[in-house]
Amino acid sequence: MTAVLVPLVVLLPLLGAATALILGRHRRAQMAVSAGVLGTVTVIAAVLLGAVDAGESTVVSIGAWPAPYGIVLVVDRLSAIMLLISAIVLLVVLVYAVGQGVADRHRETPVSIFHPSYLILSAGVFNAFIAGDLFNLYVGFEILLSASYVLLTLGGTGERIRAGVTYIIVSLVSSLFFLSAIALVYGATGTVNIAQLSVRLAELPDGVQLILHLLLLIAFGIKAAVFPLSFWLPDSYPTAPAPVTAVFAGLLTKVGVYAIIRTETVIFTESDLTVLLMVVGGLTMLIGILGALTQADIKRLLSFTLVSHIGYMIFGIAVGTQLGLASTIYYVVHHITVQTTLFLTTGLIERFGGATSINRLAGLLKASPFLAILFFIPALNLGGIPPFSGFLGKTGLFLAGAEQAGAADAAGMAWLTWAVIAAGAATSLITLYALTRFWNMAFWRGRGELEGYESVLLGSVQEAPEGATVTATRTTPVLMVAATTTLVVVTVLLTVFAGPLFELTDRASFDLVNPEAYVSLVFPGGIR
Amino acid sequence: MTASLTLVVLMAVLFGAGISIMLERSLTRVLIGFLLVGNAVNILIYLMSGTPGLAPILGEGVDPDEISDPLPQAFVLTAIVINLGITAFMLALIYRSWWLAQLGTKGDLVDDEEEDVQDAEEAADLIRSSAADDAAIQEIIDASDEEPDEGFEEELELEASARDRSDGGDER
Repeated sequence: MTAVLVPLVVLLPLLGAATALILGRHRRAQMAVSAGVLGTVTVIAAVLLGAVDAGESTVVSIGAWPAPYGIVLVVDRLSAIMLLISAIVLLVVLVYAVGQGVADRHRETPVSIFHPSYLILSAGVFNAFIAGDLFNLYVGFEILLSASYVLLTLGGTGERIRAGVTYIIVSLVSSLFFLSAIALVYGATGTVNIAQLSVRLAELPDGVQLILHLLLLIAFGIKAAVFPLSFWLPDSYPTAPAPVTAVFAGLLTKVGVYAIIRTETVIFTESDLTVLLMVVGGLTMLIGILGALTQADIKRLLSFTLVSHIGYMIFGIAVGTQLGLASTIYYVVHHITVQTTLFLTTGLIERFGGATSINRLAGLLKASPFLAILFFIPALNLGGIPPFSGFLGKTGLFLAGAEQAGAADAAGMAWLTWAVIAAGAATSLITLYALTRFWNMAFWRGRGELEGYESVLLGSVQEAPEGATVTATRTTPVLMVAATTTLVVVTVLLTVFAGPLFELTDRASFDLVNPEAYVSLVFPGGIR
Repeated sequence: MTASLTLVVLMAVLFGAGISIMLERSLTRVLIGFLLVGNAVNILIYLMSGTPGLAPILGEGVDPDEISDPLPQAFVLTAIVINLGITAFMLALIYRSWWLAQLGTKGDLVDDEEEDVQDAEEAADLIRSSAADDAAIQEIIDASDEEPDEGFEEELELEASARDRSDGGDER
């Protein structure tokens, strides 16, 4: 019965976008529509998660065309978890954006375009999570990318256009990779249905599987910003308005990670790229975080940590055991909320302190103790300090890796796994260093010390290439602070309810390590 | 499965030409390259439908084995529509970036000025009263349904004075 709700998570945001566009001149109505739609989707996602966890069927064939021919929308536990967390984050960021837009009289976010684009972006994200076939996944990607092009170049200033061009061209290329991969997969198997592919791809010769597998991984790797395909991210994200950067950082890369999880578990059950993923995961962590070390601008610093922490998820996927995947899903949920929170807090710092550079911020602790707390908790969380969710997720990943390395059949892989675990631990410490350094300088350092301040800590940092100066508005609207606080509370809740949550992700990953579960979800009677 | 050699050659040429044009620095050429590669991919999808046959309509007396595969055609149609939308957006972006290049560094300011005028009064209020944000937000929400179009001259003056105030605030 709950299956009827599945298409609504895509339909409602699209209808909402159309309505918001029509209501372009009525800002209050627009805000009500957007908030209402995302609120409803959040509730639907929660209901779906409950239903799917209870074992109800949540598979919908659009237009009643049966599974391998028509479009199927599939919600399994992983999809439901991703739906719920992204709906929550999208809703909270919307509230933040509304607060900011109202306070600035919509200079940063021209509202008549912002709300429809934002809702279309949501529709794309949700569609990607519930897509039951590769082509629908591609369409989901395109929906969210098209909307993200608009959001990234919002206002059309020179800086944003330049940043946007890099992002758009890189995304276009990755889409072309994806589409070519779909064409070849279809040519090789005669289907794009994920459940059917799970069976048919395994029957292909190894060489063919490898090529298709690599093509898909490159396409998703660009989207997930995995090293060496991550070069575009730190240049394009930081220039957008704070809420846009926050939602991009939180969600868009994770859609790529989600697609990689699906590729590695359900789609390619036989073809095995563990070594490649291990190496790439380790390098992503280290190179990302080393980039973060030299950034003076907090937005760029966070963009680099974002890249770096994608490495953890890739590592979890590479380990590929039930514990590894459960930790990966938990880590994805944790990272979506924490990274978004940090970017939202940065938006507040920018407004309040008038800059985002570590060299120009000081004395914020005295000026706003609450802001200090809002930054400190997610910063520690991202750095992996116990007892926060970042620590729990990383511990889970390392445990899974260690278990795998210790297993008897992992003779050649053991040292590699240990090396990546070491890289992960180092990355965690360096993240902590980079963020606490920022905290020390921006919050702890007195306002008076700013003039002629010298420290070894700041020896290696570089300003952003086009160090844009922002003027302090000195206003921190209640809605913005409330939204940020809500997300901080959510990150803490992820820690408090880590037990039940981890059990849930464990059940989700059980379905992933046994792809038959996914197949029987779509084809209850078995594949003909 | 048989495929048309002409289409394969055409696809290869489109891929090659498209990729080499995409590597140029000029945005317009990148767009043209993207269009060529996009069409090459469309032909690739079409090639993957296998042996061409009758129109894929299942009527009386039609053997299902003789009709061509309709799914890749649906894919290609969708991909064409998506490419169209993205091309439109890219054209707007290219035009905008050309426009900014014409205007030089002053390019950004033109847009902002107009809004500054509209916003001056509310912005000034907000700068003064960070404690009373909540009330101010509510007021602005109420007022925002109508666009201010009168009192342009007065607001210009207000805006100037507001800017003086905020500039002074920054230096402190």
